[in-house]
Parts: sequence; structure tokens; C-alpha cells
Amino acid sequence: MAEAVSVAADSLTGGRARAAPTVLNQVVLPGEELLLPEQEDVEGPGGGGERPLRLNAGTRSRVRVVCGPGLRRSGDRLLVTKCGRLRHKEPSSGSGGGGGVYWVDSQQKRYVPVKGDHVIGIVTAKSGDIFKVDVGGSEPASLSYLAFEGATKRNRPNVQVGDLIYGQFVVANKDMEPEMVCIDSCGRANGMGVIGHDGLLFKVTLGLIRKLLAPDCEIIQEVGKLYPLEIVFGMNGRIWVKAKTIQQTLILANILEACEHMTADQRKQIFSRLAES
Amino acid sequence: MAAERKTKLSKNLLRMKFMQRGLDSETKKQLEEEEKKIIGEEHWYLDLPALTEKESFIIEEQSFLLCEDLLYGRMSFRGFNPEVEKLMLQMNSKNKAEVVEDETEEADVSDEEMARRYETLVGTIGKKFAKKRDRANYEEDENGDVKPIKTKKMFLKPQD
Repeated sequence: MAEAVSVAADSLTGGRARAAPTVLNQVVLPGEELLLPEQEDVEGPGGGGERPLRLNAGTRSRVRVVCGPGLRRSGDRLLVTKCGRLRHKEPSSGSGGGGGVYWVDSQQKRYVPVKGDHVIGIVTAKSGDIFKVDVGGSEPASLSYLAFEGATKRNRPNVQVGDLIYGQFVVANKDMEPEMVCIDSCGRANGMGVIGHDGLLFKVTLGLIRKLLAPDCEIIQEVGKLYPLEIVFGMNGRIWVKAKTIQQTLILANILEACEHMTADQRKQIFSRLAES
Repeated sequence: MAAERKTKLSKNLLRMKFMQRGLDSETKKQLEEEEKKIIGEEHWYLDLPALTEKESFIIEEQSFLLCEDLLYGRMSFRGFNPEVEKLMLQMNSKNKAEVVEDETEEADVSDEEMARRYETLVGTIGKKFAKKRDRANYEEDENGDVKPIKTKKMFLKPQD
């Protein structure tokens, strides 16, 4: 019976269900089904073929697996919803997933609000006690005037239409209007709030933002050596840069935009040329 | 007489807080039971088998923050915004506490500028503490800086 079910599932997905560990760092496509390693253990060497995951079938203790962006749980199957490379992170002691985290590293420009993301938004309207903030999603986010550090009913924050806001999502799901705040859970700003009035805002792909924010990113380290500068990255693909002069600001913006598709050697060349000038 | 009076008191009255003290334990129990009955009748529930959500071993998480150890989104370099720089160290040290770089920040104000500033400050503060009579001795030079003029007071012999 179980075999029949698995065969049916295979035929539904065109027989493409692959084991997740074997396709690590390979391209996966939307609609594909992935098998988690635990299932293979059950089958063992004698079992032969892999079956779609039946997590509740086994009585032995299972490890929890976190599926990140680009993957979706459907019942007890793991489906791909974005095209890109499949990535995996081994579980750390702090995170909840005992089986690690799987996600799809995809290239896209359209931002979809996610709870907890830090983004740069533009205030588009002031209505009563909330601001409407454009974050690049399908719908503007709402931001309460009380969600700033030190704000009270009497003491309103000085936010004008057109201001740039660095904030965090507290509500973001597919059914509701996203909501931003500019304070953390302790009520402190922690760098969130209105960003300065000058500087330059530009948009890049979401993949580049993640690349630049990676802990061992060479680009940012190199850029930091060039000029004194301040920079803000929003997970929604917006970057705000400010340097001492307009010329330097423009140079930095151009570098950051261009470095997405450059090799390490090309980058080195450009940075050495800039350091000379 | 007293017993008759007791029976006349209504149940609602007996249930009140200030009447509880004088009640004996039997009537207290009775009242409590009645109350429970009323509450029990008012409660309603759906006659359905209990929903058992199957425990899932795949947890959905749509944020990249959990997947990739991304840094804090605000950065400042070479002393452009010292506040943000402090914040950067603080926020990023949550991820990796072992790496604390001791980069010497470039000061916003150079030493030379600082020295010049304090040089003029001597005069300005000096003027503040000088007596009214001496204040005329401080006079502004071409830069607008206040400097004390050292003039030794001495007896001037009147001319005949």
C-alpha cells in the first residue's frame, strides 16, 4: 500500500523527487519535491528506492528540519517554490532545527515582506496615528507613530512624508497588511528610525543584499577602506549610502551596483584603481 | 422571630459579599452548588471528536536571517558615524563574540585642529574669569580670537 502511494506521488511530480542532500548547491525548480535524509535511513540499503517523506510513519525519534525561503511544507512533503540553488546549514546549538536548515538561494527583485526583516521604507502618507510606508512589497506597510523610541501620545516623532525609515516587520503574512516598527522588543531604537535627509538611496537585487551582508563579505571590507562612509542595507533590496562628498557617494553606489556580477579579480582591479586615485 | 426573618432573605441577597460572613457552612455549600450548576448549564461545547493536529517535523520559516548569518544592516566606516560604528560592533558581536577588531578609528577632528581650538579657548575662558577692569586687556585679533594682552602696569610719571 505504501509503495502504491509513493508510486502515485512519484508520477504526480514526474518522478523527480530527489533526496535533498544529493542536490545541495544544485539548481532546483518550483514544483519539485525533495526527500529528507531521514527517509533514506528508514529504507536502508535493502529498501532500494527512495520514497517521499512520510514523517509520521516511523516510530523512531525524528529530527526537526527547518525549511527556509523557497521551500514549502505540504502535508508531510517538502516542495520547492522558487528556482535557485538549494542550500543547507548544519544545525547550531542555538537554532531550533535538529536536522539543520534547508533553503533556496534565489535571485529576485520583488520583495515579499517577511516578519523580522530589517528594511528601508519611504513614508508615503501620514494619516491619523499611522504612517504608510512604501517598502517595495505588494502593499504599503503601516507604521504606528508610537512605534518609535521615546514616542508617546504627546511626544510625536518628527516624521515627514518622503522620509526614509529603517525598521523591522512585526506583522508580515500573505493575508494581512504588513506592519513595521522602529523599536525592538525592549523599546530601544537600536539604529532604527528615520535615516538622515541626505545621502543616496538605490535599489539592487535581493540576492546582492544578502551577499553584501554575509559575515565574510570582501566587498564591504574593501569598500570600508576606501572612504569614510555610512551605509544602510534593507532586506527589501534598498541601499542607502552617504559619504563626505557627493562624488564619493556616487562612486560607492556605482561600485555596489556593479559588483554583483564581477569576479574577485575584477573587483580587486577596481578597488586598487580607486585607492590610487 | 429571628428564624423567620432568615428565611425571608432572598438567595441573591445571601450571595452578596457582605452577607457571607454571617452564613453558616451548610447554606454556604448550598449556594456554591447552585452557582456551579448555573455556570455548568450555561457552558456549551461542540459535540465533536477532539482535533488532533499531526505533529510536523518540518518547520516553515520564511526569513533569510535564520538561514544565513547576516550582519546588521547599518554600517559605518572610518569614523563617519561613531554611533553606528558602536552599534555595529554591538549587534554583530551577537553572532561571533570572538572577533572584536581593534581598528583605530580615524578621528573626526585632527590633532592640529584640536590644538588650535584649545589655544583660543584659553583666551575665551580667561576673559570670563577676568575682572571687569581687566577685560579691556582681552581684545580680539584679526581671526576673532580673544587673546590676553600682557601689559605690565606701572607707575607713569606725569609730565610737567
